Amino acid sequence: MEFSATEIMTVAASRLLKDGTVCFVGIGLPSTAANLARLTHAPEVVLIYESGPIGAKPTVLPLSIGDGELALTADTVVSTPEIFRYWLQGGRIDVGFLGAAQVDRFANINTTVIGAYDKPKVRLPGAGGAPEIASQAKEVFIVLKQSTKAFVDKLPFITSAGYLDGGDAREKAGIPGKGPAAVITDLGIMTPDPVTRELTLTSIHPGVTVEQVKAATGWDLKISPDLKTTEAPQPHELEALRDLQARTAKAHGQSGGGEG
Amino acid sequence: MARLTPLREAISELVQDGNTVALEGFTHLIPHAAGHELIRQGKKNLTLVRMTPDLIYDQLIGSGCASKLIFSWGGNPGVGSLHRFRDAIEQGWPHPLAYEEHSHAALANAYVAGASNLPFAVLRGYTGSDLPKVNPNIRFIECPFTGEKLAAIPSIRPDVTVIHAQKADRRGNVLLWGIVGVQKEAVLAAKRAIVTVEEIVDELDAPPNACVLPRWAVSAVCHVPGGAYPSYAQGYYERDNRFYQSWDAISRSREAFTAWIDRHVRNTADFDEFKRVFAESAKQEAA
Repeated sequence: MEFSATEIMTVAASRLLKDGTVCFVGIGLPSTAANLARLTHAPEVVLIYESGPIGAKPTVLPLSIGDGELALTADTVVSTPEIFRYWLQGGRIDVGFLGAAQVDRFANINTTVIGAYDKPKVRLPGAGGAPEIASQAKEVFIVLKQSTKAFVDKLPFITSAGYLDGGDAREKAGIPGKGPAAVITDLGIMTPDPVTRELTLTSIHPGVTVEQVKAATGWDLKISPDLKTTEAPQPHELEALRDLQARTAKAHGQSGGGEG
Repeated sequence: MARLTPLREAISELVQDGNTVALEGFTHLIPHAAGHELIRQGKKNLTLVRMTPDLIYDQLIGSGCASKLIFSWGGNPGVGSLHRFRDAIEQGWPHPLAYEEHSHAALANAYVAGASNLPFAVLRGYTGSDLPKVNPNIRFIECPFTGEKLAAIPSIRPDVTVIHAQKADRRGNVLLWGIVGVQKEAVLAAKRAIVTVEEIVDELDAPPNACVLPRWAVSAVCHVPGGAYPSYAQGYYERDNRFYQSWDAISRSREAFTAWIDRHVRNTADFDEFKRVFAESAKQEAA
């Protein structure tokens, strides 16, 4: 089956979520990927949204992180303070699944501002739940499209910590979670080097060249000597994804989603 | 003690210029009608607090009601930017907007601290983030028992919190359900609280663990059916996602925004008239 770059990104991200994982889900691409995992190989994955639903099983993707569909299909709905205090800070989240406007080579995330903070060129929405999800989930997956605008040498602002300056900087800062385990894009998958923590291209999507990935990265991207080719999306994965998106478009008149 | 009162009177009597005001509701039960009444009455110099400033805060900011914003995520969910919020921050229109920026976890904790009559909230948070560098209200303290470094931020203690709920009984006890966000904490953290409701009923019939705000913890209850629109009220109506999309075009230019606010909010007497004029606009658009 033919597939788009966005589809392989979503499928590749969904595959990283193991069955039974407790996952704190960001809205947009992470929510699509997490729900695709639930509808394919990981039926027992537990999806938690920061607005309060625990164990949400939406039949259509939420547009906003507090959609009624999430509440109606959840095992329980708790208050927002409870989500952040007991469930996230309490250490009960296996995976934080996040999007980002920009990342750097150490998988730090910017969702705050382009340009100077006091005189922004572009004011982005801000932190939302990400700083604490990025630090307190046991591990983190980040999904976003790859371009030199998004993959920058130096972030204008670190909203949420990845590996900070690399090496053991994250542990030294006293951040409890292990940090970003993978950055999944429309071109490939980057994982942190075990020692330097610098993002390294370890899997490239079929039909994409290393030059393409390098050209879409704002620093000199390290390429793994064991570079693999991402397994193409299987027909059942693509069907599940397309059905989900068709149901979503029918219900909302649009796809996607944001916080709020 | 809650009084059942028209929204106009509640806003006029309980919200003063210069107040710190929180309108809460996480996607669900956002008190749009009350926000419109703040605009209609020309309230000024408000410090607005909200975890997720969305359309109603875009409208308040663009209408010149706010001098400061305390927030943790400002966007039009699923659509993109809040153009009035960005115009105020990037260009200072209609006047400069001071802002204090947090994470969701911190603001949620700050409401809990406010409701708990504590001066500050403590959390494991912000480590490695640049937010503490730009927000002097994010500081770090040492745990007196373990020596651990923890983040501290001041409590949120609004002069007035405004929320929307599904039901109140005739005595003013309030019931809400579904995604309840930080509403209970925001009400209990505030000096005064206004609740707009879909329905006034004889009996709440609330189960023992339901989210009930007793009448003596609320200042005013106003019967405003549809008052969360275009947000949703579970059990009553769905979110109007198309309006959230159309807001992008309405709010993009100062002129289109001002024309919309004048026609639908400033030049309408109340929420009932808003609904009538809004329906006319929708009909004209469809034609």
